[in-house]
Amino acid sequence: MIKVRGLNKWFGRLQALNNVSLEVKSKEVVVLIGASGSGKSTLLRCLNLLEIPDQGEVCFDGRAIRPGSDDLNLLRRDMGMVFQHFNLFPHKTVLGNIIEAPVMVKKMSRAEALENARWLLEKVGLEDKKDAYPCQLSGGQQQRVAIARSLAMSPRVMLFDEPTSALDPELVGEVLAVMKQLAREGMTMIVVTHEMGFAREVADRVIFMDEGGIVEAGKPRQIFESPRQKRTADFLSKVLWGPSASSDTPPMLTAAGQA
Amino acid sequence: MSFFDYLTDSIPFFIKAAAITVELTAAALVLGMVIGLFFAMMKISGHRVWKYVADTYITVIRGTPLIVQLFAIYYGLATLVDFGSFWSAAIALAIHNGAYIAEIFRGGIESIEKGQMEAARSLGMNYSLAMRRIILPQAFRRIVPPLGNQFIIGLKDSSLAAFVTLGELFGVSMRLASTHYAELSFYTIAGLYYLALVIIFTVLVNWLEKRLRIES
Ligand SMILES: Nc1ncnc2c1ncn2[C@@H]1O[C@H](COP(=O)(O)OP(=O)(O)OP(=O)(O)O)[C@@H](O)[C@H]1O
Ligand SMILES: [Mg+2]
Repeated sequence: MIKVRGLNKWFGRLQALNNVSLEVKSKEVVVLIGASGSGKSTLLRCLNLLEIPDQGEVCFDGRAIRPGSDDLNLLRRDMGMVFQHFNLFPHKTVLGNIIEAPVMVKKMSRAEALENARWLLEKVGLEDKKDAYPCQLSGGQQQRVAIARSLAMSPRVMLFDEPTSALDPELVGEVLAVMKQLAREGMTMIVVTHEMGFAREVADRVIFMDEGGIVEAGKPRQIFESPRQKRTADFLSKVLWGPSASSDTPPMLTAAGQA
Repeated sequence: MSFFDYLTDSIPFFIKAAAITVELTAAALVLGMVIGLFFAMMKISGHRVWKYVADTYITVIRGTPLIVQLFAIYYGLATLVDFGSFWSAAIALAIHNGAYIAEIFRGGIESIEKGQMEAARSLGMNYSLAMRRIILPQAFRRIVPPLGNQFIIGLKDSSLAAFVTLGELFGVSMRLASTHYAELSFYTIAGLYYLALVIIFTVLVNWLEKRLRIES
């Protein structure tokens, strides 16, 4: 469904993406992991062309996207994006946030958009918050509204950029639950996250990025239990065992028979 | 005649003059907002040439006195088009305030988190729709105080229109002062009318600010 070939992206002299190639099939859930600054966000943002790659090609549904001449707005309708900081529209109510794009972009009738929005709110468990303003909601609730807002455009792919990183620990679960539900329903998802439990449970494939490139990709079990690259093992030992763990003998990895 | 006699006797003249002052200010500021928004958009467009044009306009207008701009339009352009004193003053004030309002708009727009534009674009909204529906409504709430401030400056600056023969508050007070040989009284009276207008306007802005705050 999404096919990326040879993506390169520079910010000034800094190379944020280094020859990234990737294919994501319909209904697949792909989790991107990697240290801060490794280019995960930049890769996601190149997929929906919020960031224009300097080199390489993004294909969606078998068609190569040409940023210069294609209507990127049309493309972005099909790719929902959920941000770390929610980015809800603070001057609009929950319903207002959700129906904005369907009404203004898709020209859906207000009544139909509202009905759809109520249904989506029910899905994310927030039907009682429909008239609240974003500032009246907890972080977890805001993120669930943001997910509903994206879903209102009936996207064919959902991109998540650290959707739970800005949340208090006790609010992470409710957002992950909504994402798991989406995955079960067959949504194609690309998720940047540090929630390794989520990756293990839901991901069809985990991709580890470092210094703008893809270092290793595979089934969650393989990546977590027997990473082939030392850089992957080092990263995992840090996130799973904290910075104090020695990178030479990550306890879990030795247990799994890896040195 | 005492000050209070002048004050009461001149009410009909000053009420009429105050109406002209208000009309002039309103026309100038509505036009000034359009001009300001236009140049603010040019500045944030990210387009080099447009940004340069907007910077030039803002630099020139902020760098020259309003009275010079006013005379240039009223006397200078009179040979080409005669706008009359009211519209000459309105246009000069609009161009003048537009430069300041452009900077206020730009500051307001740039103060909105980048994520707002990104969220809007990621939903498939094009740039101008995202600006109109998402960015500007939020920016507007934030710029009400500085904009109100600029409006008050504009209201007081409208007194310069007296020098292109407009019978607004200051023009009328100049005429009455010289015919009655009572400069102190009539300029004080003019000052009181300006003060009253500014206070009324300030109350309106405060009310608007409070209402917008409750709404969001
Ligand atoms: N708009 C930008 N301008 C300049 N540099 C940027 C920009 N966006 C990202 N970068 C740089 O590109 C590199 C990759 O950034 P990116 O945000 O993709 O990393 P990330 O893997 O998402 O990290 P994090 O986990 O911190 O979100 C970083 O070094 C970052 O500083
Ligand atoms: Mg990131």
